[in-house]
Amino acid sequence: MMRKAKEKPPNLAIELAGISLKNPVMVASGTFGYGEEYAQLVDLNRLGAIVAKTITLKPRLGNEPPRMVETASGVLNSIGLQNVGIDAFINEKLPFFREYDVPLIVSIAGETTDEYVQLAKTLQGEKITGLELNLSCPNIKYDRKLMFAQDAQATHQVVSRVRKATSLPLMVKLSPNVTDIASIAKMCEEAGADGVSLINTFTGMAIDIENRKPILHQITGGLSGPAIKPIALRMVYEVHKTVKIPIIGIGGIMTAGDALEFIIAGAKAVAIGTGNFVDSLTSIKVIDGIREYMVKNKIKDIKSIVGSLKCPKS
Amino acid sequence: MVQVDAKILENREIGSQRYKMALSAPQIGRQAKPGQFIHVRVSKSFPPLLRRPFSVHRVQGQKIEILYKVMGKGTEILSRKKGGEYLDILGPLGKGYQLPSATSKISDIILVAGGTGVASLLFLAESISVANPELSILVLIGAKNREELLSEGDFRRLGCGVEVATENGTKGYKGLVSELLEKCLPLSGDKPKLIVFACGPSEMLKMIGKISRKHRFPCQVSLEERLACGVGACLGCVVKAKGSTYTYKRVCKDGPVFDAGELIWE
Ligand SMILES: Cc1cc2nc3c(=O)[nH]c(=O)nc-3n(C[C@H](O)[C@H](O)[C@H](O)COP(=O)(O)OP(=O)(O)OC[C@H]3O[C@@H](n4cnc5c(N)ncnc54)[C@H](O)[C@@H]3O)c2cc1C
Ligand SMILES: Cc1cc2nc3c(=O)[nH]c(=O)nc-3n(C[C@H](O)[C@H](O)[C@H](O)COP(=O)(O)O)c2cc1C
Ligand code: FES
Repeated sequence: MMRKAKEKPPNLAIELAGISLKNPVMVASGTFGYGEEYAQLVDLNRLGAIVAKTITLKPRLGNEPPRMVETASGVLNSIGLQNVGIDAFINEKLPFFREYDVPLIVSIAGETTDEYVQLAKTLQGEKITGLELNLSCPNIKYDRKLMFAQDAQATHQVVSRVRKATSLPLMVKLSPNVTDIASIAKMCEEAGADGVSLINTFTGMAIDIENRKPILHQITGGLSGPAIKPIALRMVYEVHKTVKIPIIGIGGIMTAGDALEFIIAGAKAVAIGTGNFVDSLTSIKVIDGIREYMVKNKIKDIKSIVGSLKCPKS
Repeated sequence: MVQVDAKILENREIGSQRYKMALSAPQIGRQAKPGQFIHVRVSKSFPPLLRRPFSVHRVQGQKIEILYKVMGKGTEILSRKKGGEYLDILGPLGKGYQLPSATSKISDIILVAGGTGVASLLFLAESISVANPELSILVLIGAKNREELLSEGDFRRLGCGVEVATENGTKGYKGLVSELLEKCLPLSGDKPKLIVFACGPSEMLKMIGKISRKHRFPCQVSLEERLACGVGACLGCVVKAKGSTYTYKRVCKDGPVFDAGELIWE
């Protein structure tokens, strides 16, 4: 009698910009602190990667409260990059990760190109897996009026200069607050980025009608959560048609189904943001759900469905 | 800190738009300290998207209780839950009240509750009366009117002294509970023995903070802010606190209980 060969479990592992990930599910910058906040709730070693809260050269106090308000299936925030600064990050936050076997991607932001370069140089010798350039925080004032990710030339310049300053895998986080995100992604690719993360939050606002005042102290903030998912998905789809470097899909992912939509649209990996607040186990449930989907649909390797969208012929 | 699907044992209306819910959550019950809270996912679908925080009101064996007022869509959904259903809760979270140590000179404790602020203070009163039965606890409860006064009987059963204040004067002192506090303060010579714990609307806490500064007694206040993560990760819930210039503290993690003296009230 022939013994039925035991099905090999599906392969969720991917290679992202030279980084080996156990699975394509990461947690997004600013929504998972420095990892330690969630360590009692989430088995960090199961995550594809952790992207730490954006750090800057100097500590930043962040914006005046109120900083956050819930909107229809979304959240508006104006944290203003409150963070401990690069020195305290290295001395106080990095040691925590030594006990874990999970890739750590460090998100950095500067007000000038020089600051990005300096941050990248400072992190070069540290035990981290990669860098994400946050060119897209909607909640801080830049020297210039636009954020970097809204200006193709500035994007090219900062990415190419950081590229020269570091040998670490380099991701670039893009803003959806642009007319043509694909052209910005193309700039990143030309300047030597290893991948693009999209998207950061959409600028939005909410008003208290009784007092006719903005609810957020900063008046406007960045919108995240399920409300933005369809737009994020369309952007991943457009960028995937334009660049060859890997895409990390972000925006409103709450379930494995959401994550799979991004993967089919062209994202090699995804990151969970606001979903962590709703259910601390969202990332773990997404990983398990992707595996179940693969078993059910007899998909052996997750890589085989990245960008596998079947569009009707026009 | 755990995230569990807890069975609802009871969800009972105790006054107009005010409810008490009992949940079976032994792990949370074992860990919870007075002033800590649980973060509740009121619905698996959204909106509302984010969890809603509620103080631990009471712990009895396997059972924890919350006491809440219907404010908007989240608490409205919560109020319709029935015994036997399950609720996704995360907790216990935050830093609770710091109880006076056995060696401290504290002999008088005043708890000041506004509205649903009684929720966390009952748990505190219970803990103090178990740990230091010789301490005398005076509870001041404030509300708009007589109908909205909560938990008076529960505090009395613990042996606490209770005074009430209503804004419309339908019961007890007519006016704000913060004014009642000033009237109840011991004579100045005895102040070093006094500590005040307060929970309620921010205007009330601000006034009590002022009184504590004026009369120089230690005072801990429990703040409410809109929370997202509840675990200190998102930095969305901060309040201004004293620092070299100032600093921001997270209500969900560095609080919700703070020393009144460390906050910058605006
Ligand atoms: C640590 C902590 C412990 C708490 N413990 C208790 C408790 O034991 N019992 C209890 O009844 N409540 C407690 N609260 C408050 C409770 O969490 C809120 O009332 C609840 O989240 C409201 O949810 P909702 O969806 O019903 O109202 P929503 O629909 O979110 O809001 C209702 C209305 O209130 C306004 N609002 C909501 N939150 C705020 C805010 N922070 N500041 C100003 N306006 C606001 C909204 O704009 C809206 O008009 C606690 C809060 C915190 C932070
Ligand atoms: C409270 C909060 C803080 C954030 N902070 C950062 C940050 O520091 N750096 C960054 O690159 N993105 C930050 N983001 C954006 C998220 O990483 C993510 O791109 C965005 O929220 C969209 O994903 P989501 O809908 O899954 O949340 C933040 C988002 C939120 C909600
Ligand atoms: S609610 Fe996220 S830090 Fe407090």
